[in-house]
Amino acid sequence: MTGAVIEVEGLSKSFGGKRAVNGLSMSVRAGEIFGFLGPNGSGKTTSIRMMCGLLTPDGGRGTTLGHDILSGRDAIKRQVGYMTQRFSYYEDLSIRENLEFVVRLYEMDRRAQRVDAALERLGLVSRQKQLAGSLSGGWKQRLALAASLLHEPRLLLLDEPTAGVDPGARREFWEELHRLAAEGITVLVSTHYMDEAARCHRLAYIAYGNLLAQGTPDELVARFERDPGFEAHGGVSRLEDIFIHLMKRSQGAEA
Amino acid sequence: MSLSLLRLGAVVRKEFIQMSRDRLSFAMMVAVPLAQLVLFGYAINFDPRGLPTAVVSADNSALTRSLVAALQNSGYFKVTERPDTLAEGERLLDIGRVQFLLEIPAGFTRALVRGERPALLLAADAADPTAAGNALAAIGELGASALRHELKGALAARAPGAAPFEMRLHRRYNPEGITAYNIVPGLIGVVLTMTMVMMTAMGVARELERGTMENLLAMPVQPLEVMVGKIAPYIVVGYVQVAVILLGAHFLFAVPMLGSLTLLSLCSLLFIVASLTIGVTFSSIARNMTQAMQMSIFFLLPCILLSGFMFPFRGMPGWAQAIGEVLPVTHFLRIVRGILLKGHGWAEVWHHAWPMAVFSIVVLALGARRFRRTLD
Repeated sequence: MTGAVIEVEGLSKSFGGKRAVNGLSMSVRAGEIFGFLGPNGSGKTTSIRMMCGLLTPDGGRGTTLGHDILSGRDAIKRQVGYMTQRFSYYEDLSIRENLEFVVRLYEMDRRAQRVDAALERLGLVSRQKQLAGSLSGGWKQRLALAASLLHEPRLLLLDEPTAGVDPGARREFWEELHRLAAEGITVLVSTHYMDEAARCHRLAYIAYGNLLAQGTPDELVARFERDPGFEAHGGVSRLEDIFIHLMKRSQGAEA
Repeated sequence: MSLSLLRLGAVVRKEFIQMSRDRLSFAMMVAVPLAQLVLFGYAINFDPRGLPTAVVSADNSALTRSLVAALQNSGYFKVTERPDTLAEGERLLDIGRVQFLLEIPAGFTRALVRGERPALLLAADAADPTAAGNALAAIGELGASALRHELKGALAARAPGAAPFEMRLHRRYNPEGITAYNIVPGLIGVVLTMTMVMMTAMGVARELERGTMENLLAMPVQPLEVMVGKIAPYIVVGYVQVAVILLGAHFLFAVPMLGSLTLLSLCSLLFIVASLTIGVTFSSIARNMTQAMQMSIFFLLPCILLSGFMFPFRGMPGWAQAIGEVLPVTHFLRIVRGILLKGHGWAEVWHHAWPMAVFSIVVLALGARRFRRTLD
């Protein structure tokens, strides 16, 4: 499949009069790892939830995997793997029981084999009877990823998957994401780690509900490096400096 | 998307596993009916006996002694004080040391023998009417029987039994007035309401609070599958509770079981389902577990107070009876008491079965509509 996997135009959502997402337009192409960047409370989670049919937008329209985000919810749910920001599997169920629950909800065939394969891939075969609640942050995240892949989705939506995970586990996680992308799965991942941003094929910066910029890491560096007022802080990467620059610029525009 | 048995089964299975992991709640489901059975069965007694009584006697004769003995033999009265003066007796009644004060006036025996029908004064502390009610009823009969042995021969004509007004008490279904016969079957309804409503009310709220709801909504599962899947395991729990209480009722309290237990099981199912639908509906309205808990308690109180479990249903004003008639527990109590104590069959039970069925259908329809399919 070529072309856009996610295509949204003018997406808006308010909560109690407060704008969480303000006219967001962006597209994610098939097979890419798309990084969704922005500070806390910038509207990343709300945007992702609208893209997978969990929230109804106030305005705007969009499609995910070719299905309308309003009328095609059921179809989207079957084809999208969604990993929530907070661990949202059952802590009082074992690793295996959680996976078994998920394959049944998706009505998959060869369920035991799929669960075995997922455990194998995760390296969790020996700990499959352990309660999910007793796992460390890094293992919970691996379990959540495995569970969201069980129904062989074509698109993965990952909401800050590496928050609270140690650097070693984070690196492994990103290697896994690249393997998945190589297999043809499109990945949209939100983060505020700049080293992770550099590993994405394309990026979107979002702050206070507004899209600030969109492009490949190289494009973004090239475009904003020579912007008036841009300062190099010698951060972890050039991307971080550009991120801070864009934030300041948007705050100036708001004032 | 149509309903799927596989998905429904997945939810049921998951609920069962979670239930078995939550050891405390699991233990409570069995322990609560047992504890309440013992607590209420033994503690609540609307026919209290051995009530403390003070006797002030200004006439000490064989006749009055036998009168006092008969009073004690009724079981309701226990003479604990024998004050010398009436004033002292009044004080004991006033401070609550005794429930009754019996005054035997001077010259009582002589007046009785002469056929003057002397008066005995029994003052009762009627602050709690139920406590004194049966005792006072018993004293009416006492007059007739107590002195029968003493008033023989020439005095037989003086026997008060010949008096025109003799108290006649007919208590049907529970001739001895044993409160446990009434309370214990009623407990089945109250315990079921309590656990069924509370446990399921927490169900969806728990998923919301732990963040697992977001994941559940992101997967292709239907609201009805989630609701029915959450209800089903508790039907089993409900039956375990019914069994525990019935066994206790039989072995601890010797409650008669005249009717069909099969019919009782069938009606229990109807009642369990009615309670569960209320719980799941609360669950889909509440935003968190605290709210779900508050709603359950708010529902539980009328179930205990207005259903006829605690207080006589006919004693309530019309509007309160109307509220009571809506509650499934009111109908279930009548069914349980009817089957166990009166040997009711389907013909009598039917009148109380259909209101429970209607209640369940209406509430489930409301609940399924309230269940959110998105996080909005």
